[in-house]
Amino acid sequence: MAGIGGAETTGKKVGWGLLNAVVVIYALFPVLWIVSLSFKSSATLADGNFIPREWSLENYRNIFSTSEFTRALVNSIGIAIIATAIAVVFGTMAAYAIARLDFPGKNLLVGVSLLIAMFPQVSLVSPLFEIERSLGLFDTWPGLILPYITFALPLAIYTLSAFFREIPWELEKAAKMDGATPGQAFRRVIAPLAAPGVFTTAILVFIFCWNDFLFAISLTSTEQSRTVPVALSFFTGSSQFEDPAGSIAAAAVVITIPIILFVLFFQRRIVAGLTSGAVKG
Amino acid sequence: MSHATTAGTAKTEASPTPVTPKKKPALSEGKKAERRLGWLLCAPAALTMIAVTGWPILYSVLLSMQRFDLKFPDRTEWVWFDNYVTVLSSPYWWNAVWVTVLLTVFTVAIELVLGMSLALIMHRALVGRGIVRTTTLIPYGIVTVVAAFSWRFAWTPGTGYLAEALGGDPVLTEKIPALLVVGLAEIWKTTPFMALLLMAGLALVPDDLLKAAAMDGASGWQRFIKITVPIMKPAILVALLFRTLDAFRIFDNLFVLTAGSQGTSSVSMLTYNNLIKGLNLGIGSTMSVLIFIMVAIIAFVFIKLFGTAAPGSDDGGKR
Repeated sequence: MAGIGGAETTGKKVGWGLLNAVVVIYALFPVLWIVSLSFKSSATLADGNFIPREWSLENYRNIFSTSEFTRALVNSIGIAIIATAIAVVFGTMAAYAIARLDFPGKNLLVGVSLLIAMFPQVSLVSPLFEIERSLGLFDTWPGLILPYITFALPLAIYTLSAFFREIPWELEKAAKMDGATPGQAFRRVIAPLAAPGVFTTAILVFIFCWNDFLFAISLTSTEQSRTVPVALSFFTGSSQFEDPAGSIAAAAVVITIPIILFVLFFQRRIVAGLTSGAVKG
Repeated sequence: MSHATTAGTAKTEASPTPVTPKKKPALSEGKKAERRLGWLLCAPAALTMIAVTGWPILYSVLLSMQRFDLKFPDRTEWVWFDNYVTVLSSPYWWNAVWVTVLLTVFTVAIELVLGMSLALIMHRALVGRGIVRTTTLIPYGIVTVVAAFSWRFAWTPGTGYLAEALGGDPVLTEKIPALLVVGLAEIWKTTPFMALLLMAGLALVPDDLLKAAAMDGASGWQRFIKITVPIMKPAILVALLFRTLDAFRIFDNLFVLTAGSQGTSSVSMLTYNNLIKGLNLGIGSTMSVLIFIMVAIIAFVFIKLFGTAAPGSDDGGKR
């Protein structure tokens, strides 16, 4: 805790610079390490050096030449985008109702979504495994999209209803005064104002779906619907003497890139979304 | 603004409102339309959540009372609480419970301290605030499995820089060192999230109050303990609740780092191994139900602590 509102002396600036450097190194070094591994050639993979002695694109060429990875990448992108789209649409509708309308059962809905947010996901894995097998959803896209939507909805509803409460509602009243129905007021006036909040929520939900491992490994069994995190854990070298570390590292870097881009471009929005959704409720 | 108003309305809600006359006939057309729209807008979300969680929860209770092994499907039979007896008398189960509880307690405690420091750095930083906030979001956003692989390779003798730096002993093949590495990976990944939640709480602490206390001669530490922490208490409790429940379901890191070998299974890991590897639906469901009960107890204790300031306590919607 530096002094409050003290003069910005050079000494203080240096101190802050050092602290910042510690934080940045803390956050980045595991990421840099996996990037470095991914660029090592198979000969130098196991040399234990933090920085590659010999840079090579061999690992990237390897993973993109197998359907094991490319198929998983398609699955990951498709499943995450569809689940995000549906969760955000449903979440927006529900959050608008929670923030703006008065109807019985509202508190129940808020309570249920809070319960789901805290729910131990592994408790759902056993019944879903059996139910999806009997419905033919096991090892399909919808089989993963459904649980993703369900667990993303509480996040979407909280984040969005927090955003919606900040919107100037006089505009909606004015629209109703001019003869718009509540439905029209929602579509024409509120939806455009709410767009930034919706966008932020979409990023958070996408990160959640992109990240999931437990459902993906339990409810899939073949390349057909495996997502990248799961495919990674099944990577093996082309022979039992070959270390799959290089391929794993390269694939890991590929799926980390979108996250890093989101963070770089939308840092402010992500912070706002996370804190408003979680703290305000 | 949020907290002041939440607390305020929560208080008025808690006090019983005696004036609730029967207003059934007084429902105007507008009110009815509002109700219908409200239900209509909530229906897709509510139905999805109930369909994907409600029935499966009941079903897992039913499954947990059957002997149901997919390797021997014809020997399926109703056994009431036999599975519970089997699980609760299994040393593996209790070991997993202890591993999970210890990992949760230690990682969340360390995250709280580190997260608070990080939150203070981000809140008060004079220079480079943007860089710090951006980089701390990377551990939050990165896929847990990716981070776990990074740690695993770092600790693999020969390949990893950390293993080499510490003399090349295989740390991931012994229980205690392996759990320390798992704890480290968890802390690295989730401290930023904790810090962001705490930072939102820090923003509510009025600067004037801190300045006044400083004028009166309060030291930095005193200001922190006597002013900042009490004002932040709701934010701290929310952050602790979210992180505790999240830590309790630890799976990804363990799966990649140890796969639950050498007695490092968490309850989630053990359930997964029984269900997907062992294909024993009965035992897997029993464990699911037990985990659900444990999480419910934790949540209940936290909500008692929160009182009405729980996240999601409705503050009326309309103002």
